[in-house]
Amino acid sequence: MTSVTYHDVRLMEPAQTRNYLNVDYGFFSWLLTRDHKRIAILYMISVSIMFILGGFFAMMMRLELLTPEGDLLTSDTYNKFFTLHGIVMIFFFLIPSIPAILGNFILPIQLGAKDLAFPRINLLSWYLYIIGAVIGLYVIIVGGVDTGWTFYTPFSTQYSNTHVFGTTFGAFIVGFSSILTGLNFIVTVHRMRAPGLTWFRLPLFVWAIYATSLVQLLATPVLAITLVMLMVERIAGVGIFDPALGGDPLLYQHMFWFYSHPAVYIMILPAMGVASEVVAAFTRKKIFGYKFVAFSSLAIAFLGFLVWAHHMFVAGISVYSAMIFSFLSMFVAVPSAIKVFNWTATLYKGSVSWQTPMLYILGFIGLFTIGGVTGIFLASLGIDVHVTDTYFVVAHFHYIMVGGAVMAYFAGLHYWWPKISGRMYPEWWARLGALLVFVGFNLTFFPQFILGYVGMPRRYHAYAPEFQVLNVMSTAGASVLAVGYFLPLVYLLWSLRFGRKAGPNPWGAVGLEWTTSSPPPKENFHETPVVTWDAYDYPAMLKAMGETQNV
Amino acid sequence: MIALVAPFPLFPEQASTIAPQTDALFIFLSVVTGGMSLLIFLTIFYLAVVYRRRPDNELAQEEEAPHSLEIAWIIVPFIFFMSCFVWGSWLYFKISRIPDNPLEVYATGKQWMWKFQHPTGQREINTLHVPVNRPIKITMASEDVIHSLFFPYFRVKADVLPNRYRTMWFQATKTGRFHIFCAEYCGTSHSGMVGWVDVMEPTDYQKWLAGGSEGSLASQGEKLFQKLACNTCHTEDTTGRGPILKGLYGSRVTLSDNSEVTADENYIRESILNPQAKLVRGFGPIMPTFQGQVSEDELLKLLAYVKSLNVAPALSRREPAGEPVPHTPAKETKR
Repeated sequence: MTSVTYHDVRLMEPAQTRNYLNVDYGFFSWLLTRDHKRIAILYMISVSIMFILGGFFAMMMRLELLTPEGDLLTSDTYNKFFTLHGIVMIFFFLIPSIPAILGNFILPIQLGAKDLAFPRINLLSWYLYIIGAVIGLYVIIVGGVDTGWTFYTPFSTQYSNTHVFGTTFGAFIVGFSSILTGLNFIVTVHRMRAPGLTWFRLPLFVWAIYATSLVQLLATPVLAITLVMLMVERIAGVGIFDPALGGDPLLYQHMFWFYSHPAVYIMILPAMGVASEVVAAFTRKKIFGYKFVAFSSLAIAFLGFLVWAHHMFVAGISVYSAMIFSFLSMFVAVPSAIKVFNWTATLYKGSVSWQTPMLYILGFIGLFTIGGVTGIFLASLGIDVHVTDTYFVVAHFHYIMVGGAVMAYFAGLHYWWPKISGRMYPEWWARLGALLVFVGFNLTFFPQFILGYVGMPRRYHAYAPEFQVLNVMSTAGASVLAVGYFLPLVYLLWSLRFGRKAGPNPWGAVGLEWTTSSPPPKENFHETPVVTWDAYDYPAMLKAMGETQNV
Repeated sequence: MIALVAPFPLFPEQASTIAPQTDALFIFLSVVTGGMSLLIFLTIFYLAVVYRRRPDNELAQEEEAPHSLEIAWIIVPFIFFMSCFVWGSWLYFKISRIPDNPLEVYATGKQWMWKFQHPTGQREINTLHVPVNRPIKITMASEDVIHSLFFPYFRVKADVLPNRYRTMWFQATKTGRFHIFCAEYCGTSHSGMVGWVDVMEPTDYQKWLAGGSEGSLASQGEKLFQKLACNTCHTEDTTGRGPILKGLYGSRVTLSDNSEVTADENYIRESILNPQAKLVRGFGPIMPTFQGQVSEDELLKLLAYVKSLNVAPALSRREPAGEPVPHTPAKETKR
């Protein structure tokens, strides 16, 4: 890596060293900041803490499942742990991870903007997140909750004697953080693009975050309404979902999944955006079928609203409504398939680098493909009857959420780490981490497909002895996965002090974020950029960047 | 501590008529999607190796994308997805449509056990005895939260709801003991809400039926009917203040708003628990609610009694000795 490459020549480090990190050191310069980059760092710290917490619950579950008997934890503790694992990972890690950390940091820079449209609302979003998280942590400390992250009624409203109200209230609050972030991003993309940055010159990450923001803005209020109704029923005994009070438990499932299925796309769409950025940067090539990939994000966001009842094929909906939702669920697979094929085709005649972000994304494409095709199994009605509520479903959504969203989050974190911190992470350790995550992940979750098909139901504290071998494999994989996740925590922190200085463009990538210094100055750019090139147009952009350097 | 259990199953036993059909679709999907995924992985790996970056400052060779390729990989997967939809729906219809002349069983889910009741009066907990090669129809409801009755070796499952009856069916194709699981999380001992279905040869089943019973389910329901004084209004002739129940089950009922409903299990259930919801034309809102006064088990007995009124009274009390059809009302409903 010592050889001089074209990007080093063309992009010299600007003389000044003032950046968003060293512009001010006061405590309140962080807690009251309106700089989107500092808010992204605040999110990164808080979301990472939640990730570790959610991971702890997962580890305890896997240890319990090492043996068929429920011997490590009591049933109630186990039930609380899988509930908290789900709630923490979904509401406090996956949903905010890529949008609120990487999106917050990178999106305005990719647009050539100085900040988001509403910097104060951005800070408010973080505080709402923190309030929600503190309520969540309070609930954990005072005894937890055992309803599953889905809060199905009437269990959650009448039968559970755990802290359902506090938990749903925390999720309710954190929902507003998500809504406001989505709103902020939408307005920013519409109003704050640099001169010359037309819609079809936008990086695909922007398209993906834009589509995500639409879903956040439109779906999350439905969750808020649903959770309020749940709280009202639980506290005041107003019959909405509880049949003993004249309500209908299936109404709850419809309303819950009307948000929570689109929420899956809130988690995976940004990941697809990261994948497009990384594939382009590490092949030094335009993404194959740019417009198809861009519009497939919008198509997923739209279709995602029409498939919620595929979570309810055995719940007691009519045969015909099940058929319609199965049909629509098949449609949503098409735009996802388009993306996978386009990423793959982009490699053709590319300049493919095997650096860490790309390793994560190659893994992402593979795991997302498996997660996607097993979604077809679940959308096929007759199969779903057998595998729904089994470990098959658990494996499927972990392939999407962990193999997909988390892998892409780590890819994005490594890809933009030099921009965020100004330092390079140690490449060798990072590659090892990516490999461990990939191997550990597959060892953890692939056996669960088999477990599910042979019939092991999910959320089981104890299980039939013939399921043990596959569970032992899964637990062994989880240990490898844990090491894989632990490594970045260590070497990324290490790199903050000891990492090699990155320079503005360590990857030789194109995109406005690579035209400014690393870390960027408080106002992002030393002068407002003017865009004259399409996204990922290497020849055009290098020419343009060369000209500005020569001036 | 980690005792390796060998052999362990990689594929579940096929023990019902549905199981081979589910497995056929599953294998089709596995082969096609597995092959497709493998092709993608190999392509990615091949391209990533062949076009790996050699000099560090190498640029890509720019290629213009042919749109025909995009169209191809939209159309081809779509055709495959639609074939999955059609096949899956066809199977779902088979799973949903209850065959003619099934043997009826009633199930109640409650935290944390399965209670099964047979029309002949046998009651069992977390065990279900059924004959082989005979369709079994289960009518079920939950006493508390949502449960889900799951027979993995029969490849069928259905959520059990607290506010209405649902039905499911299976036809076992081999004798033996097979798992029953609760598949919908229901609280502390969710993973303990498991049991066994005992599939028997018809002759063994008849022997088992001959064992202890407190009279048929319908006759138990009749006693309850009298105990709750239902019979003071629901008389056998038109003098009663309530509608006649004989011949009710499966018939069309005209309501006070002139709409018509079919008197199925859920209608009868609702009319007991919430009588004002659907008033029969010509009758006043005078029946009290029995919500909270009759348990799910008792409801099922009342239901069995009302259903038994469709056939000659003697039949419902007859001991099933060698007769292949211990319970026939379901046959009536099929018309």
